[in-house]
Amino acid sequence: MRDIIRMIVVLGVLGAVSGGGLAMVKSSTAAKIEYQQIKFVKGPAIKEILNGCSNDPLVDRFKVMDGEMERSFFVGVFNGKPTAVAFEGYGTGYKGQIGLMVGVDIETDKMLGMGVTTHSETPGLGSRAKDDPKFRAQFKGMSINDPFKVKTDGGQVDAVSGATITSRGVCSGLVATSEFYNRLKPQIVEQAKAFAK
Amino acid sequence: MSDTSLVKEFTKGLWKEIPPFRLVLGICPTLACSKAFNNGFGMGVALTFVLVCSNILVSAIRKYIPSKIRVPCFIVVVATFVVIVELVMQAYTYPLFLQLGIFIPLIVVNCIPLGRAEAFAYKNGVAASAADGLGLGIGYTLSLSFLGSLREIFGVGTWNGIQIFGADFQPFTFMVEAPGAFVCLGLLLGLMNLAGKK
Repeated sequence: MRDIIRMIVVLGVLGAVSGGGLAMVKSSTAAKIEYQQIKFVKGPAIKEILNGCSNDPLVDRFKVMDGEMERSFFVGVFNGKPTAVAFEGYGTGYKGQIGLMVGVDIETDKMLGMGVTTHSETPGLGSRAKDDPKFRAQFKGMSINDPFKVKTDGGQVDAVSGATITSRGVCSGLVATSEFYNRLKPQIVEQAKAFAK
Repeated sequence: MSDTSLVKEFTKGLWKEIPPFRLVLGICPTLACSKAFNNGFGMGVALTFVLVCSNILVSAIRKYIPSKIRVPCFIVVVATFVVIVELVMQAYTYPLFLQLGIFIPLIVVNCIPLGRAEAFAYKNGVAASAADGLGLGIGYTLSLSFLGSLREIFGVGTWNGIQIFGADFQPFTFMVEAPGAFVCLGLLLGLMNLAGKK
């Protein structure tokens, strides 16, 4: 009996100390890890969309609660004014979720650019939505409130050839993104003001 | 514990008991993480940290661990340090973390830390265990770096990302594929056995 109690105590104490230590390390590295993930996963798309801004949008970011979801917004400062925000929305492509980074001018609602962050589309076909600059470039200058549709569906977007489903996913993702952008716009405008230089 | 035996515990890991070649332990990450020099080196450093810390801790608390539950205790200790390494790598060397991926958490079931805890740290003092862990860890790092360098130089034509051969070099891609890892490791093992034979 004493043996069993001793075993329970030793393993229990060891587990508790290890758990406590790990919780400490986790909380002290959490902010750093979040930044690294933003930098390497979303960073390239954000940098491209907010090209020419005078601040570091990866640092100047804020969060807005959208119901249960927390959404991150990255601020771009142009001519000393925080007029642009980049944020991520999701569409459903051929093989699952497509992450879309969208940059919008909050004064005119015009899109500054669009980039794909994460996807699991077919390499060489659907993946060109991410890699083909021509496909991405056509969104620049469109209004975020446009009814995004590919041309075969009677819309204005040139689909990636051979990847209509992916292109439709991008379009429906943009529509969904504009919905939450409009819903949260008052908060976005309010919070972005804080980043004026 | 005298100084000479500490040195002996340390140096045995560098040649006599160099993990992948002499003990033939920890082969899974040796094969998977030696595609390039920096992968091998990063894996080696991660393992060295886990090995030294777990050896020191196991040795320090060995008198309190009942022998019936020593293996679960070792696993808790090793797993703790592995998660620390994982978090630190995510925070500071994110690209390397992405490349090594699953092999970092898999250090928990790697035979080296568990084997050293059982075979050495549970029976020896803190200083000797630290020396043992450091020696084996450095030996492992050197082996993986060397294997990674060989495969990267011949398979891609670069070392640590720097071009070695001119643009005309035809990379021997077989070397960076899985079978290349086996062939490379086998040849090195053979050479080491040849060199070790008196």
